[in-house]
Amino acid sequence: MAACSIEDVLAKAEKDEAEKLKSITVVKELDLEFDLGNMLAFDKNPPDIREFRQKNKDDFLRSLARDNTQLLINEMWKLPTERVDEVIVAKLPEPTARLPREKPAPKPRPPTKWEEFAKLKGIQKKKKTNLVWDDVHKEWRRRWGYKRAKDDTKEWLIEVPETADPNEDQFAKRNKAKKERVAKNELNRLRNIARAQKIKVPGVGLAPTEQQSKSELGKAIHVAKMSTASVGKFQERLPKEKAPKNTGKKRKFQPLIGDFSSEKQKQLDILKIMDSKKPRLDINKAVNKQMREEDMESASKKKKGAGKKGRKGSFPGKKGNFPGKKGKGAGSVVKSGKNRKPRMKQGKR
Amino acid sequence: MTQLDGVVKPKTKRSKRFLQSREAKLIENTKNAMILKGGNTSETVTQALKDIYALKKPSAVMYKKKNITRPFEDQTSLEFFSKKSDCSLFLFGSHNKKRPNNLIFGRMFDFHVLDMIELGIEKFSSLKEIKKSTCPEGTKPLLVFAGEAFDTDNEYKRLRSIFTDFFRGPNVPCIRLAGLEHLLHFTALEGKIYMRSYKVLLKKSGCRTPRIELEEMGPSFDFALRRTHLASDDLYKTAHRQPKALKPKKKKNISHDAFGTKFGRLHMQKQNLAKLHTRKMKGLKKRRGETVVGDEETSVKKTKMEEL
Repeated sequence: MAACSIEDVLAKAEKDEAEKLKSITVVKELDLEFDLGNMLAFDKNPPDIREFRQKNKDDFLRSLARDNTQLLINEMWKLPTERVDEVIVAKLPEPTARLPREKPAPKPRPPTKWEEFAKLKGIQKKKKTNLVWDDVHKEWRRRWGYKRAKDDTKEWLIEVPETADPNEDQFAKRNKAKKERVAKNELNRLRNIARAQKIKVPGVGLAPTEQQSKSELGKAIHVAKMSTASVGKFQERLPKEKAPKNTGKKRKFQPLIGDFSSEKQKQLDILKIMDSKKPRLDINKAVNKQMREEDMESASKKKKGAGKKGRKGSFPGKKGNFPGKKGKGAGSVVKSGKNRKPRMKQGKR
Repeated sequence: MTQLDGVVKPKTKRSKRFLQSREAKLIENTKNAMILKGGNTSETVTQALKDIYALKKPSAVMYKKKNITRPFEDQTSLEFFSKKSDCSLFLFGSHNKKRPNNLIFGRMFDFHVLDMIELGIEKFSSLKEIKKSTCPEGTKPLLVFAGEAFDTDNEYKRLRSIFTDFFRGPNVPCIRLAGLEHLLHFTALEGKIYMRSYKVLLKKSGCRTPRIELEEMGPSFDFALRRTHLASDDLYKTAHRQPKALKPKKKKNISHDAFGTKFGRLHMQKQNLAKLHTRKMKGLKKRRGETVVGDEETSVKKTKMEEL
């Protein structure tokens, strides 16, 4: 009797336990794959298609989701936990699912020319103090930069060396030397960057670009021609070669003392224009304007016949006011084809 | 001096910090997603984009204007946007007669499209429609994939990877267990993909692990797979390449067998036993006239053998 009762109790306890666990156990044919680092579960079991068709779709999906989530949560609760600020947190392991990176791994910065040289020669960096004693100002000052100690550009008196030209400005000389050093440094920095990126190292002068335009090529030829000892004086010209634009003298001045009568005439002409009350009429310009307006009208009539297009007709007022926007071409005979150009540009905006 | 293109030198500390935040790193930032509209979008698509934006929110950018591009034909504008907003995930929504209610999920590697998958929305219910409870913004979701297609079919496999990448959120070392509130469930069934979003309710079960109840939260989609653009194996491999510094360092002389038992191999130097200090006792003292030395040596050798 006694033994039997013990067995009963044990069986009952087992049953209770099973019932407790029943609510959180799910039986699946194939075990789920877990990636707890990403809080991810993957159920390889094929879902029951027959049930899916018979049952309500959403209910079926939800029950499937519930089972899978229960399994995932069971697994999550097995993770080691920690108490942080009255909150229980689980430590997640490293994610196992390999996902692609966003950007390739960073490469170490390639050494500069100096660093290469220093390594070759075994030169090591020495740590220097930031502050040095300045004897003139009687205080500690920075070694470099603004308000540095022993700043040789800030001296108020410089002794002229015996060998130097007495008329030379020693202050300007120092400033210039400093500027040149800075520029050289910058050039070297850019060269290092170029070397690191395997771009062609830029030199001084015209740097080659990928696709040289006609004007750039022309300029390059010009520079090459000028770089002789005689500044290109004896260089032969190629057939059909044009002189480069925008080089040489920019402004032309009349000689200071020259033809007085022509100068007088010029001044008088200006005064005459200023004095007259009629506006000056440029016949060429006026005719061109007239012709263009006529062309515009005929074109717009054609357009209206073909049907309106919203974008092209969006600035009708502007067109009427400034028909000669492309002013440079106004001198030649106006063709109907030429008139179409400005309108195209407006459409593209 | 000509300006070198592609090399930007920051002029202020702030811009330097900004550029640093976008640099390639060993341990990368959380992937950002950009959500774009095509030239024409239906209400369904617009709402779907908004809902997915709500799910992704802290690490997503929503583009509000139309962008007339076709990612499967020309990817340059996508790449431009990706560079501009530093996003490596994108979602592109469009709607036309040939492909109604179209969503394109994709991801970038080094600002070039790695792979993208086009999905047609066949049924959609938004966050608004299901007016129950929602999750707080930025909750890291539980992800569950179900269906054998996700394991067998190549395109589905890639889709699983894209979805994981897209929705997994930030990579975190630990998580609050009570905060596991959101579940995204993807089911591949009969050639369709059912994406459901549930709120997880943790109920008492009588033991430590809670019992799970689910409540539908929205958005939920029924997707049909359309066009795909998968990365070549070569590119896919380079995208997965792990930097050397991140790889776990190989530990020498430690091995595990199939049952997880740890074995160590020890390398010992030869011990000079002649100099060994032993316990000195009166009885073991050497006396003159005794020749036990030879015997002792042999015995030492034996013990060494036994040790080995």
